[in-house]
Amino acid sequence: MSIDMDMKEIHDIFFEESEEGIDVMESGLLGLEPGNADPELINTIFRVAHSIKGGAATFGFTAISEFTHGVETLLDQLRSNQRAVSEDLIEVLLGAVDCVRGMLAALKDDAELDLNSVTECQEKINALLGSAPVTSAADSVADTDEVMAQRPGVKTWDIEFRPDANIFKTGNEPIRIFRELESLGKLNVFAELAEDVEFDSVDPENCYCGWVLELEADVDAEAIEAAFEWVKEQCDLKIHCRNPQAAAAADTGAVESANTVAQLEPPKSESNAAKPAAAPAAASRDSGSIRVNIDKIDALLNLVGELVITQSMLARFGENGGERGANSGLRDGLMVLERHTRELQESAMQIRMLPISSSFSRFKRLVRDISSKLGKKVELVLSGEDTELDKTVLEKMSDPLVHLVRNSLDHGIEMPEQRLAAGKPEVGTLKLSAYHEGGSIVIEVEDDGAGLNAKRIHQIAIERGVVSETEQLSEEQIHHLIFQPGFSTAEAVSDLSGRGVGMDVVRRNIADLGGRIDIHSEQGKGSCLKIRLPLTLAILDGQLVRVGDDVYIFSLRSIVETVLVPPNQIKRLAGGSVVYRLREDYIPVVRLRERFNLNCSAPRKTYLESDGELMVVVESDGKRLGLFVDELLDQQQVVIKSLEENYMPVTGLAGATILGDGNVAMIIDVPGLVRDAGDAKANDSNAA
Amino acid sequence: MTSEYSNSPDDQLSAGDANQYLTFVLNGEEYGVEILRVQGIQGWDTVTPIPNSPDFVLGVMNLRGAIVPIIDLRKRFNMETIPHGPTTVIIVVKVESADKPRTIGMVVDGVSEVYRLDDANIQALPEVGASGVSSDYVKGLSTVDEKMLILLNIDKLFSGNELNHDAPTPMAKTA
Repeated sequence: MSIDMDMKEIHDIFFEESEEGIDVMESGLLGLEPGNADPELINTIFRVAHSIKGGAATFGFTAISEFTHGVETLLDQLRSNQRAVSEDLIEVLLGAVDCVRGMLAALKDDAELDLNSVTECQEKINALLGSAPVTSAADSVADTDEVMAQRPGVKTWDIEFRPDANIFKTGNEPIRIFRELESLGKLNVFAELAEDVEFDSVDPENCYCGWVLELEADVDAEAIEAAFEWVKEQCDLKIHCRNPQAAAAADTGAVESANTVAQLEPPKSESNAAKPAAAPAAASRDSGSIRVNIDKIDALLNLVGELVITQSMLARFGENGGERGANSGLRDGLMVLERHTRELQESAMQIRMLPISSSFSRFKRLVRDISSKLGKKVELVLSGEDTELDKTVLEKMSDPLVHLVRNSLDHGIEMPEQRLAAGKPEVGTLKLSAYHEGGSIVIEVEDDGAGLNAKRIHQIAIERGVVSETEQLSEEQIHHLIFQPGFSTAEAVSDLSGRGVGMDVVRRNIADLGGRIDIHSEQGKGSCLKIRLPLTLAILDGQLVRVGDDVYIFSLRSIVETVLVPPNQIKRLAGGSVVYRLREDYIPVVRLRERFNLNCSAPRKTYLESDGELMVVVESDGKRLGLFVDELLDQQQVVIKSLEENYMPVTGLAGATILGDGNVAMIIDVPGLVRDAGDAKANDSNAA
Repeated sequence: MTSEYSNSPDDQLSAGDANQYLTFVLNGEEYGVEILRVQGIQGWDTVTPIPNSPDFVLGVMNLRGAIVPIIDLRKRFNMETIPHGPTTVIIVVKVESADKPRTIGMVVDGVSEVYRLDDANIQALPEVGASGVSSDYVKGLSTVDEKMLILLNIDKLFSGNELNHDAPTPMAKTA
């Protein structure tokens, strides 16, 4: 069982790395311009394709290794300037990237592979390759290599492989590597025992062997290195070709070998010959980063949270310690401790932050695909890609952003001829930017397209009963109507957007994250959507309140104001809903004691000498709600913890947190309560 | 917070531990849970109630930074409730539910012993319900020193559905 487990873990690493590689390949391809073969870029793409092929072959994922082989050959021709970069070629390679991604996903989930698309893509690649060595998907890499091996002038390779002692512990099995080499050609293996091993100190799990291998095969050094791909950092590897000329003399027509022979002068003999292959993967990520499981980070954050609580507990004891001189040292120490804990907490929080570039970069592909589908010309401009966002926020923002970008492409930016007629440049600009503003992150999606047609929006809103005909609305208010449920201005529904489920969902997703979306649009000039998000979901500026016997927490951001309400100003409507007149507006009111079914021993706290009550007015999604509480307590930053982890989601609560005294307090889900209040009102009006 | 006993994952566990059961007293009967599931035993501490939760969910508690629901087993089994006494403790267990493991604390009258019970010593529950505990939640019965032990299946007892607000009480199921 444990072997299966280990294998699965290693597979997972392969999948993860390959997926990252695929992303690198994709962004590399998108950076390629027809007619301009940037050698650096092509090399990067080639190396990724090569590592995926090597990895797939090692694990026996032949479908992927076979498929990638064709891609690799194509890229190799690009690399050696035997083929020019053309629009078609990029298109085919991008298609191939999708195929590999699909295959990886299918393997990962044990799902059925869409063979048709793979074969289709393979055919395109083969067509490009012309008289390609790979003729159909059925030919395996090993097969083609065997064909090569039968050619005259076989090269003889000397390979010295001396793994580190702990190679077995990392789940690598030299025999697997040897078997793969054997598939390349005739292989002789000689084992060498390490000399300085004391019998007493032998650890049976360590490797005390080295191997010298003799391989007769017409392959290049990289193909051999590929076999060692997974162990290259844990071994001393020397690859040397005895007769590098053999292949050159034998078959100058073979693209691959001719090219590599040129590369192999002088033959690579250093163990770091494998290093260049590892470099691009690292360079594409942030240099000097490590991969850490998110659970470990959350565990660390938990501990830091605990530390903060303990620290505040100690600080309280320190303050109560009296005036004696002996305590001043303690108090100083506590102050330093407080500063350090705060810094530690901030640094720990930083770990969860990711640059938004990972989310932005996928739009390059999206914009390219959609604009070509629509026949529009669009240039995507990105800025502020280094802006960091909490991982969870980033993930949850991904879909809304895709929606906004699609909307801009679909409805915003006009066809080239329309643009020219309007005196604008033919190529439209779509700008995605991110930056900090105050304590928030702002993401903007801006286009220089047609902008919103306020008149038309108003008309549709009236038709659909969103607003009444007599209502006077400012242009800005009209623009915000597009966020109403069921609203779509698309004249024709396309498969991209305009199905009427859209902007309202976007706005709701953003509201759930504690953010806000605004739109500024000028007809004929373009639109700009501005999303404002909290820096992190893990910490919240909280207002502590007392309801009954317990402490509840509001997000400070959601509170508009608190008011003391005289008893006669609460109106109960038919149907049971309760409203309060706050200046000009009636807002729905919820009694938290009733809403949460609290069994409170404490009586309701009253103000204004008689029966007045304290109400917190909160806002979400542009709607307000009044909530009765007994008392306002402190304001403090709290760490949000999920109730779901060990229990289940609870309506009306966004989570829980641990207060300074070690007790748990519930955090109120303001957007949820506001929505519920809205739904309840809708139900009431239906019933009436 | 008093943590009298803690079973960290690094503790040396021999294969024999799989057959050990921690027993506790509830309404005069002795119940057992697999010791490998027990994360710790916790003294009584402040519990924060969860709005709109079923009666037997007393609330949540801070256990080393995690928010852990606390279940009153007496209420869960529709037994008469008694005030918390000096022996009242919370046994913190790890429950394997369909989607993910969860940590849950259960309030019992007091902990008793640790017994080693081989599968041969565990018999299936007779069809008639015992002690007001539905047979769904009982793994089996065993006898030690002429004493009956009721071995609980906590995975079923604390599965997501059972914690659900509208879930019927175990008695209703037995009836």
